Amino acid sequence: MVMTKKIKNLNLNFGPQHPAAHGVLRLILELDGEIVEKADPHIGLLHRGTEKLIENKTYMQAVPYFDRLDYVAPMNQEHAFALAIEKILKIDVPIRAQYIRVIFCEIGRILSHILNVTTQAMDVGALTPTLWGFEEREKLMGFYERVSGSRLHANYFRAGGVHQDLPQGLDDDIAKFCSDFPKIINDLESLLTDNRIFKQRNVDIGIVSKQDALDYSFSGVMLRGSGVPWDLRKSQPYDCYKNLDFKIPVGKNGDCYDRYLCRIEEMKESVSIINQCLSKIEKGPIKSLDGKISPPPKKEIKQSMEALIHHFKLFTEGYRVPKDEIYTSVEAPKGEFGVYLISDGSSKPYKCKIRAPGFSHLQSMDYLIKGHMLADVPAVLGSLDIVFGEVDR
Amino acid sequence: MKNLEDLEKKINSELTTKIKKTEIKHDQIYLETDKDNLVDVCLFLKTNKDTKFRQLIDITVVDYPERNQRFDLVYLFLSHEFNQRLVLKYSISENELITSLTGIFPSSNWMEREVFDMYGVSFKDHPDLRRILTDYGFEGHPLRKDFPLTGHSEVRYSEDAKKVISEPVKLEQNFRNFDYESPWEGTKYIKDEIDGNDKKN
Repeated sequence: MVMTKKIKNLNLNFGPQHPAAHGVLRLILELDGEIVEKADPHIGLLHRGTEKLIENKTYMQAVPYFDRLDYVAPMNQEHAFALAIEKILKIDVPIRAQYIRVIFCEIGRILSHILNVTTQAMDVGALTPTLWGFEEREKLMGFYERVSGSRLHANYFRAGGVHQDLPQGLDDDIAKFCSDFPKIINDLESLLTDNRIFKQRNVDIGIVSKQDALDYSFSGVMLRGSGVPWDLRKSQPYDCYKNLDFKIPVGKNGDCYDRYLCRIEEMKESVSIINQCLSKIEKGPIKSLDGKISPPPKKEIKQSMEALIHHFKLFTEGYRVPKDEIYTSVEAPKGEFGVYLISDGSSKPYKCKIRAPGFSHLQSMDYLIKGHMLADVPAVLGSLDIVFGEVDR
Repeated sequence: MKNLEDLEKKINSELTTKIKKTEIKHDQIYLETDKDNLVDVCLFLKTNKDTKFRQLIDITVVDYPERNQRFDLVYLFLSHEFNQRLVLKYSISENELITSLTGIFPSSNWMEREVFDMYGVSFKDHPDLRRILTDYGFEGHPLRKDFPLTGHSEVRYSEDAKKVISEPVKLEQNFRNFDYESPWEGTKYIKDEIDGNDKKN
């Protein structure tokens, strides 16, 4: 007699309160033994209606919402919004402001990559990189604080430039950080790159082919890890990136390990970009000189009637943006971050669609994890570089 | 195609009547089509050797409640080969059904779910059209212009029911939308008051 036994697949709820879920992801996994058959990510637990809020605020009031999207690299998002408004208004950004913006975008990239590389290592069992990496993040957030007044939610970029000039001595401190930081990257690499456990957990896990990377709308490291040399800083340069010399690291196999290597190399390139900016930056204005767009300095408000009127109008009504529509994108640390802006001639955007790279990346979770073991879920999730602020918006 | 002018000519000559309007601005090409030709146009853009718009960047909707054809659907494409961006648009009215692009671009799955969630636009042949960003059991479509900013309901933990409950929004102060646009005519509520007084007299 043959015994027949009914075997049912197990459904497992991963998150939303799981440390390796990188935030509030609820992942419903269908398991056959330890093999994942299907993954269904439930997102939206951090949905705050950013796009709706932006429609109800003036252009200047909308900037802080961008910090709260990908909150580990806030200024990169502000950059996309500022560029969109600048293109519609057709205003030029002073050269010093462009360099300041690029410096802080690259600082944002390092912030984001440290967080991702080290937490990915933690997800697969290594605790030390996180401790070492976060010490550096603290220094970088110190730079954020000195320039904008807050460590995380900077609200620093404006259409036409930046809010304030660099405080005295900050450029020297950033230069000092840049000379020390490569050693820290080497230390992190000595812990991870040739680490047997780290490689066992990441090599040949979550492989993405070139074609699939394009089909699933991947961008940033997810695309470059699969061997597509595409970086918006090179292919569609914005601000002063065309004056800078940097390389684009490209992966070969498209697995989690290649993506880790790309991020490490990108951090090194970012350090070199910051160094170049610091040597090229010159004295000059830091925001557009058009009084209808950038607020006047405090001192002038006390003396000039015109400046007082400009100040009052800018902080009540805000500046008006002519009727137009535009899509602008920047190379954020996680990929292509874009803003599709429709203005209607008033001082508030009619529509502001935010294109977050993490949204398309997380969508492919089912495709990436099918056939892998349950223990690979955190490794793949870690290498996707998901931050829920931007996925849920 | 190397430059946008050639691309515009190519698209106009190949797709002729399927395209209503083309325009080049901000170094991007903007196309207008209609809902019946969507799949043909997308297939052409993706596969033709002179266009190669292989990546769908995003799908979104713009809501114009005062218009007869209320929604504008917007598709953003990117061609890595030619380093070009394309914006495809068409208008639909409120209850029209649209063909899903999931067969051509797998990434459109969640994008269409988001559009469905936020605007209530439905797609046919979509494998899994559920809400995506809003809460389980949410009602309404938040990004429509007639959906209030403060929403309809709020949730809190109820000590009596020992669970999270949902109830209508109660605010100490309603959301105030200041009208700074017409400083010389006075703000809107003053105008209303003056009009009201005129009628009374």
